[in-house]
Amino acid sequence: MSLDPRVNRLKLGDPTAVIKVEAGENWNVYEVFHQEKRGAHHEHVGCVHAPDPQMALIFAKEQFGRRKKCVNLWVVRSADILAFDSEDEDMFATNMEKTYRDASGFKVMEKINKFKQSKGTTNHVK
Amino acid sequence: MLNKALTDLLTKMADDELILGHRNSEWTGLGPVMEEDIAFSSMAQDKIGHAWALYNIMEEKQLIGQSADMFAFCRAEKDFKCSHLVELPNAGYDFSLMRHFLFDHAEAIRYESLQDSSFEPLQHLSKKVKGELKYHTLHANAWVMQLGKGGEESYDRMQTALNEIIGLAAGIFEPSKDYEDILIAEKVYPGEKELYTRWLESIYPVLVKSSLNLPDMAGLTPGYGGRQGKHTAYLAPLLKEMGEVFNLDVDANW
Repeated sequence: MSLDPRVNRLKLGDPTAVIKVEAGENWNVYEVFHQEKRGAHHEHVGCVHAPDPQMALIFAKEQFGRRKKCVNLWVVRSADILAFDSEDEDMFATNMEKTYRDASGFKVMEKINKFKQSKGTTNHVK
Repeated sequence: MLNKALTDLLTKMADDELILGHRNSEWTGLGPVMEEDIAFSSMAQDKIGHAWALYNIMEEKQLIGQSADMFAFCRAEKDFKCSHLVELPNAGYDFSLMRHFLFDHAEAIRYESLQDSSFEPLQHLSKKVKGELKYHTLHANAWVMQLGKGGEESYDRMQTALNEIIGLAAGIFEPSKDYEDILIAEKVYPGEKELYTRWLESIYPVLVKSSLNLPDMAGLTPGYGGRQGKHTAYLAPLLKEMGEVFNLDVDANW
């Protein structure tokens, strides 16, 4: 089992250690990311309002994890997300012309198949 | 004799889940915030699901001479074996959260003990619901700790709710006069007295962290009676409402 060391894990083992609340703290918006199976990408699915990250995760579990297959969730305070301003979208404008940056432009399958054949592998990739 | 004892145990467990599931679902659409509304409603559905599973075990094992649905909805009030705690109507959200906390810890402890049950269907069910109950107690603990430390009014309301219902919650563990010994001897479950002790050990550290005081348990009268079919005045109207649609036509196919 490999776990991403960058991510904090909510420990369920000690029920008394879960929640820390600052008095008078305002509720925040948290973005929720859903993971369908272990090792898969977490995909953004929506947001919840909660007083702290732990409650956000607890809410997110029923909000976004109760129907489809789910093995884990992330919550991130929306305010911690940094994004470009929409008026700077022009930075990306010429992407479509730069097809030489697109991996699909490389014609290598022929070489790969030839290599596999030389190794005696019968499954051809097309 | 063992079959009668099993029926008694499964009936009281299932009735608790059915009635509290119904009570908690009365919050749907009225919860304090949308996220909590969804979480609480979802857990109420889980409870109905546990009741359904238990009634079905009784039907399959021919412990009851009728279908699970008929047993759930068409019994007389005196034949229900739910505890008084689950019968009480909702008051404030403080009350419902405290009841959720006290009941779901009891439920989690009970199912945990059933993982070693000699009655195979209960063993199987307890493994199936383990993850659900882990979430339920996590949710309950988080709220109780939030609100216990959420300022003076919040603290007062949670402590008041605790004081008011802790005796009724102790009533969950009313031992059966006739069947307790055989269920323990046959290793179906460890018995109500043992579960009560484990329950106190389970709720106490959370209450301490929440700055809430567990009342002196030796000095209070547990809310017994439900397991013998003696109920509060709140159960009959609830059963009438819950069975209203079903009883329009009990033979209808759903």
